[in-house]
Amino acid sequence: MPVFNQSRSNVIRLIFAAMFLIIAAQLFNLQIYSVKYTKLAQENALFPKRVYPNRGIIYDRNNKAILNNAILYDLMVTPSQVKNIDTAYFCQLMDIDTAEFRSRIIDAKFKNGPFRPSIFEDLLPPDLYAKLEENIWRFSGFNLQERPIRTYPFDAAAHILGYVGEVDSSVLRRSSGYQLGDYVGRTGLEQYYEKALMGQRGIEFWLKDNKNRLVGHYENKMYDTAAIAGKNLRTYIDIGLQQFAEKLMSNKVGSVVAIEPKTGGIIAMTSSPDFDPNELTGPDKQKNYAKLQLNVSAPLLNRAIKGQYPAGSTYKPLGALIALDEGVITPASGYDCHGVYLGCSRPVKCDEKFPGHAANLRLAIAHSCNSFFCNTFRLTVDNPEFHSARRGLMQWKQYVNAFGLGHRIGIDLPSEDGGNIPDTTAYDKDYNHSWNSCTMVTMGIGQDKMLVTPVQMANAMCIVANKGYFYVPHFVKSIDGETPDDTVLNKYKTKHEVLTHISDDVYETVISGMQDVTEIGTARAVRIPGINMCAKTGTAENYLIVERKRTKLKNNAMFVCFAPRENPKIAIAVVVQNAGYGAAWAAPIGSLLVEKYLNDTLRAASLKKAEDIERTDLMPKYLVRLQFIEDSTNAARHALRTHDSTNLMKYIIPSSRAALLDTFRPNPIISSGVRSPMRKPKSNFKTKKADSAR
Amino acid sequence: MSQRNAGISKGIDWPLVWIWAILCCIGVSCIFAATYRDADNVIQAFISLKTDYSRQLLYVVMGGIIGIFILLTDSKFFTATANLGYALGIFLMLLVFPFHSRVKGTESIIRVGNLFQLQPAELCTIFVNLALAKYLSRIETDFYKTRSQLIAAAITLVPAMLSILQKETGLALVYFSFFLVMFREGLPSSVLIIGFSFAVLVVATLLVNPNLLALILTGIAIVAIYFLRKQIKKKQSVFFLIVGIWFVSVGVQRFVVPFIFDHVFKAYQVKRIYDAIGKDYVPKNAEAELEIEQKSGGRKKDNNYNVKQSKIAIGSGSIFGKGLLKGTQTRYDFVPEQSTDFIFCTIGEGFGFVGSLVFLGIYLLLLMRIVTIAERQRSTFSRCYAYGVASVYFFHIAVNVCMTIGLAPVVGIPLPFMSYGGTSLITFTIMLFVLIRLDADRQMVLR
Repeated sequence: MPVFNQSRSNVIRLIFAAMFLIIAAQLFNLQIYSVKYTKLAQENALFPKRVYPNRGIIYDRNNKAILNNAILYDLMVTPSQVKNIDTAYFCQLMDIDTAEFRSRIIDAKFKNGPFRPSIFEDLLPPDLYAKLEENIWRFSGFNLQERPIRTYPFDAAAHILGYVGEVDSSVLRRSSGYQLGDYVGRTGLEQYYEKALMGQRGIEFWLKDNKNRLVGHYENKMYDTAAIAGKNLRTYIDIGLQQFAEKLMSNKVGSVVAIEPKTGGIIAMTSSPDFDPNELTGPDKQKNYAKLQLNVSAPLLNRAIKGQYPAGSTYKPLGALIALDEGVITPASGYDCHGVYLGCSRPVKCDEKFPGHAANLRLAIAHSCNSFFCNTFRLTVDNPEFHSARRGLMQWKQYVNAFGLGHRIGIDLPSEDGGNIPDTTAYDKDYNHSWNSCTMVTMGIGQDKMLVTPVQMANAMCIVANKGYFYVPHFVKSIDGETPDDTVLNKYKTKHEVLTHISDDVYETVISGMQDVTEIGTARAVRIPGINMCAKTGTAENYLIVERKRTKLKNNAMFVCFAPRENPKIAIAVVVQNAGYGAAWAAPIGSLLVEKYLNDTLRAASLKKAEDIERTDLMPKYLVRLQFIEDSTNAARHALRTHDSTNLMKYIIPSSRAALLDTFRPNPIISSGVRSPMRKPKSNFKTKKADSAR
Repeated sequence: MSQRNAGISKGIDWPLVWIWAILCCIGVSCIFAATYRDADNVIQAFISLKTDYSRQLLYVVMGGIIGIFILLTDSKFFTATANLGYALGIFLMLLVFPFHSRVKGTESIIRVGNLFQLQPAELCTIFVNLALAKYLSRIETDFYKTRSQLIAAAITLVPAMLSILQKETGLALVYFSFFLVMFREGLPSSVLIIGFSFAVLVVATLLVNPNLLALILTGIAIVAIYFLRKQIKKKQSVFFLIVGIWFVSVGVQRFVVPFIFDHVFKAYQVKRIYDAIGKDYVPKNAEAELEIEQKSGGRKKDNNYNVKQSKIAIGSGSIFGKGLLKGTQTRYDFVPEQSTDFIFCTIGEGFGFVGSLVFLGIYLLLLMRIVTIAERQRSTFSRCYAYGVASVYFFHIAVNVCMTIGLAPVVGIPLPFMSYGGTSLITFTIMLFVLIRLDADRQMVLR
């Protein structure tokens, strides 16, 4: 058979081979030359899931968890993958409208870029989570991410423990290791011990299919990094006492601080009005936060470290110690007081009138004689040893500073305030260099320019109880799994022997005087049988500018104490703002706390007293008016912005206006009842802010 | 399935049988890899025949049995029934028009009951191949005559036209592969060259700015005239030929291609062609847009999606691949149609560059073996038939693989022995076993 065109078989072979070469070349290009396909494939099929470690748990002194974890879910969205979803159905599930949906998607794009997941809605309520979980496969680009949240099992210690919130840009700038959407401690121990509590975030790589459903772990978890849980904190807090203190302080403005003198460990610390810390973790936290923020009584403010109050008579034991150590008085010194101090051009009133109530130092402390301590203060400042009032004042200031007043003491909470102990420059400025001990005489009874925080007062009591030394007040006893390199707590383990040069005899004298306060003195009504409590009451004047008028408010009730005298286990400072006499309102609270802490139970009479105190409403009346001003201003702004004045009308219509202003009760601003025991010191130009929040 | 029975095994080309068996095994494995899910009960799935891979295995067994029957058949049967078969094939294709069922936009499938469906356009390639071989091997056929060439072309192009009418453009193109057979049998190479040039011109028209292309063509013509100036001096007609070619080329790029794209092709086809060459296609009116959307299954996904995903899958395979069941793209349905038209992705992702080359090597071996076999035939019929088989396989492999790696437009053409589908697997198997049967009798002269 003749075979024609046989050479053409080679041409055909050539064509075949050429085609395969072209294919091989393209395969080389796709599989080896360009790297992008591997990456694209990973983006297609891999989902890097952030695994949040459990934050550290915070325990109280009896190892009860007072800040724990629970799991809620966040709805995350990756905007670039949101395609072809039933928006109407989605919005119906989420109970939002499509405009809101779109704006949230745009927000997410703006926040994290279109290709990275951002939070669409965080902390879903359980019923919404259940609905979404069933349908999540319908919504490409959305996924649910579990998120451990913080719970406060005792609903207490909100100010101490603090709360967590999403990181903001300032945190991101300052520290690495955070990503948008991470949670970070915002206040309290949560913020101060953030490093220990946060742990380390992990990443799990999940495979997803074309419908965006997670189908399993990638490469048997080979590339996953495990989340390392945060370290637990062990604190000195006694949650029972804390709750009791909060209960006693309800319906009042003020603060209680209780410290263990031997260690500086804080047993309880309240600031009233307070809030339920669980309000700031759940799904409604934004709403609740806004509400707290708009409340003029400033529930978010921790008054124990940020409330700066005139010390009032609670300063007197310290003044006595200083004067005794300088040798300007002796324990036997007295002052012939008849209810008023007339040593300077303006008289200072004293609450006790009967003769001999200040016959010696002990009696003067027990009866809180203003004349005696004004005199003592003047003796201290005009100490002949220093030849001038300037040096005398500076020497005095050194002592007071040594008691931990007038500067931040370094507690383990963020944003502490330092209070104020004035020096010569302050008076030089106000009085044009012409002043003497009379100018500032009321500082001897804790008024004038002296401002202290409750935690400072409690710490000063610790120093008195310890006869000269203290540990910086702090909450955290130990951090679980702490290594020697962790130096966070070292500064709290250092003993500060600031005033041990004052002899024990001097301390004993003053402490005896303080014990007399509860035996025969101003606080004899709150004596606890079987416990030798050393205490001092205080009633401090204070002023506030309301509607551009400097207004005298009702006195602040103060109380400091430590007990038992022989082996002090607890030192307490109590401030009840605008309540009246310290002996009437602050002293019972302090005494009840001591009894509860030392005896673990309360007597029947004490129980009844506790109930009475809890029920008593001592909220300052001026707050009602301030709240009205704040709310009506906001309503007016809102009305201007939206042209919707329905809310504003509430503040304009007379009937509802009267109800809101609470004008049924007489005189909302000016203090009612008790008249001031002292005359207004003229020297006080500046308003002493009773509360730095306002 | 191939018993070494002295009766039928005599003269059988075993390498071909082995290659067939290996390819079928790879095919079933790949379909398994593409459709298997972690929780599936494999044994139950194989018994119940409810999954793609178990059915494909059944088709392989059926193919083997049919193969044995073919090997038992006398070679003369094929020559004798070639024309009759062709008539049957055309009849089946005509039958599609009244009885077709709509599956995925094509109108080329007849359903018999629920289980079995037939695509005559695919099956018909066998009959066309046999008929063409029969015509070319006739003693009275002088293939150097234009008339014979036209008849041969008609034999292949009639089913192609029917395929286009059934909206199976891809399968219609398969019939053009028979021109390779005619080329081997003496079709002037100019036909192939002109065809190839025309294809290049069309692609260039789409890729290059029309004015620039016209300039380039003019440039080529001027250069040609300059180099051929001595011939032109001798013969004026050469000059006119060049000018004529230039004129036709510019005409094609200016008028013919736009006309074809606007009036002959459907919008979705145009879109696919544009996708393949990597250009964006803007539908000229809403109607066209709607059509494209319908063709892509109502989803608004861009049509390029399949190819993009397929390229990602293959590209992510890298050098050695991720392993058969470890491909993230092919396993989680990112690549559509991955057990049928895009089965090559499974290989590309699972076994990487090396695996793909080995796999393509098997195909190349198959094609070269068939060409070798073709050249050792004594009878023209067997030779033509063998070349026909090689051409059909080659066209399928080339277009299918190029489609998955983004070198060719997406046309629904299966990968021989690999893609899921009974008709295609059995068609390819029959073609191969008929070749093996004919080759076993290569000493015989068949007409």
